[in-house]
This record gives sequence, C-alpha cells and structure tokens, in this order.
Amino acid sequence: MVNEYRRCFITVGTTKFDLLVDTIMTPLVLNSLKKMGCKVVTFQIGNSNFQPGIYDKEGIQINVYRFKDSILDDINSADLVISHAGAGSCLESLEAGKPLLVVVNEELMDNHQIELAEQLQVDGHLYYCTCDTIETTLEMLDFSMLRPFPKPDPTIFLKYLDDVLRVKPKSN
Amino acid sequence: METCAYLTAFLIFSPILVIIVRALYLIYQISTTDSRLMSENSSLRTILCIGSGGHTTELLRLVKNLNFDKYQPRLYILAENDVSSEVKIHKTEQIVPNVNTKYTLGRIPRSRNVLQSFLSSIFSTIYATLFCVPLIFNFKPNVIFCNGPGTCVPICIVAFILRCLFIIDCRIVFIESICRIRTMSLTGKILQFFADIVIVQWPQLRDVCFRAKYFGRLT
Repeated sequence: MVNEYRRCFITVGTTKFDLLVDTIMTPLVLNSLKKMGCKVVTFQIGNSNFQPGIYDKEGIQINVYRFKDSILDDINSADLVISHAGAGSCLESLEAGKPLLVVVNEELMDNHQIELAEQLQVDGHLYYCTCDTIETTLEMLDFSMLRPFPKPDPTIFLKYLDDVLRVKPKSN
Repeated sequence: METCAYLTAFLIFSPILVIIVRALYLIYQISTTDSRLMSENSSLRTILCIGSGGHTTELLRLVKNLNFDKYQPRLYILAENDVSSEVKIHKTEQIVPNVNTKYTLGRIPRSRNVLQSFLSSIFSTIYATLFCVPLIFNFKPNVIFCNGPGTCVPICIVAFILRCLFIIDCRIVFIESICRIRTMSLTGKILQFFADIVIVQWPQLRDVCFRAKYFGRLT
C-alpha cells in the first residue's frame, strides 16, 4: 500500500459500543492498523465499558476519551476514520474528505442508519463492515479507491422555497 | 319540539362539518397545488422544530443557509430537557453575522421518550399536543420547518388545525432526514398529508412518497 495512515481516529458516537472497543484493542486489529502505517490512535468510546487514558499497545499510542463537545478537530487531524454507523459522524468524516471505514453495530436491531452506510458504500464513498470483519477489511481494502463525497448544494431548494413562499419586498 | 331538537343538532354539528370540509379541502389543495404563500409582510414568522441529536444537526445546517432577513422572527421549538440542542442553536445563530434578526426558544414536553411503551406514548403525545396550542397560537407562524423528530408531529397537527380554523395562515415544510434512503420515517408518512412541501434527499424516495420533491442533498 502506498498511502500511510499515521493518525487514526475511531468514534462510537453518543452510545456505547463495547464490541468495537474490544475488537480494536485486540493485537490482530492493532497489527493490521500498524501495517497501514498507523502510529497514533485517538479513540472516542462514549459510554463503552473501558477506562479512558493513554495506552501503548503493539507499538501504537492509543488515546482513549469518552466525550468531547465536537469531534471535528479529531476528524480533521486524522488520516483515517473508523466510525459507528451514525449519520452525523459518517457525514462529518466524508465532508472532511477522510478515508472512512464504518463499523456497523449488529446488536442494534432495525437500525436504519445501516441503510445510509450501505448506500454510501454503493456510491463508493466509504467501506463498511462488522466487528468480525474489521481486520480482514483493513488488510484487503484500498482506501485510496474511495471517491470524494460531493458537497451538499441547497441553492436549488432555497430558490424553490423563495418562489413558493413570497414576501413583499422591503420598502426602503 | 322536534324542530327544536333538529335545530340544536344542526347548530352543534354544522360547525364541525364545516371544519371537516375545510380540512379535506386543505388536504386536497396541499396535494394538488404548490400551496403558494403571498405574505403581506416583508418577512415570514418561522418555526423550526428541533428534535434531538442527528436531527438537530441536520436541520441547523439547513437553517444556516436560510435568508435570516426573510425568515424572521424565528422560534425554535425543542423538548424541555434538551440542553445540547440549545447550545447548537445559539452557535448556529451566531455564525450568521446579523444583529437585527430575532430568535426565541420554546419548549414542549417530549412526546415520546426512548423505550417508552406504545400506550403511554399516546397519552404523552396528546399532552405534548395540548402544550403546542398556546405556543403556536401566540406566535402565529407563516412557515414551519421540520425534518423528522417525533416532536414535530404535534406541532404540525396543531398548526394544521389552526389553519383549518382560519386562525393562522402557515405552510409546513417537511425535509426528510438524509438517513432515509428507501423508506420514509413514521413522521414522514404522517406529514406527507399535512405538509405543504415534502422534500427528500435521495432520488429513490420519490418512488415511495407520491408528492416528494428532490433537489439533491441539502445537508
């Protein structure tokens, strides 16, 4: 692989996702991250069952914290983002132009957020997997193949709105 | 004696009948025309229904693009115990450097808490609906923006009933969340009959909702 992903940011959102935390902390997954050039992992764990702090495992520095007001800074400074399927963190990462791997929480039944991850994978903007397949996904997939996510464009919608909802022009 | 009974019955039921006919007429008008609004003023009184978490972020990202001179004053309606949304609202309002426009916050009880049973959620929805009446009556909105949280159903229904009674003249703009790709949310399924403008953010959803409009991704 040509690209190096030195800094990796992992986020589970506002919920808890114990299985993802446990899976990431296994030597197997950490080693495949290391193979991709990862030196530092920043890990937002929410309410997951793990102690925040700074760890050193398999030669990777892992900074674990629970919550921050905004994870945008962490996304921006990362070379690779691994995220739960929440729409907020997915879209924020894609908009920041970061290679993104979404890990679906299979314990959440009937979770319509998977729909979004699926569609975005079909469109080639991200990859998604489950906790069981993180390691193989990291080994096999080439994140440089992902297509950049187009910027949202509300101008046509706003024009339509202005046409339907009319006001008197201000008389100055 | 009998005519008197008929007269009483007529006096009671005719207003109800008028309201029903008016409601049906409005639904017909909403689904067949583009329900244009011609305001006498130079700005529109705007309500924004704030939900929680992702819905809030999505709606506020859209609010950022609105013309604050046109859509003012703005009333954000949010659940009474929602602190994090409040922070986000103040942040959004400060991004647009405009000191002349006004915005206020209104709070209503949650219509449905996570994990609440179906039966008790019916009662709390009715309670939340009653709470909306004075809020909307006093504000007299011209436009209501909502994007799917449960709180927006009571708000929109109250606004629709007040519109049936000619008390307010307002348009409801419903924007389906970006998370919805192949199926409409429950809110969307209900509001597709009451909302004047229904927007979806994925082309696939146009096949599911008969009057949805698609203008690309908005947020």
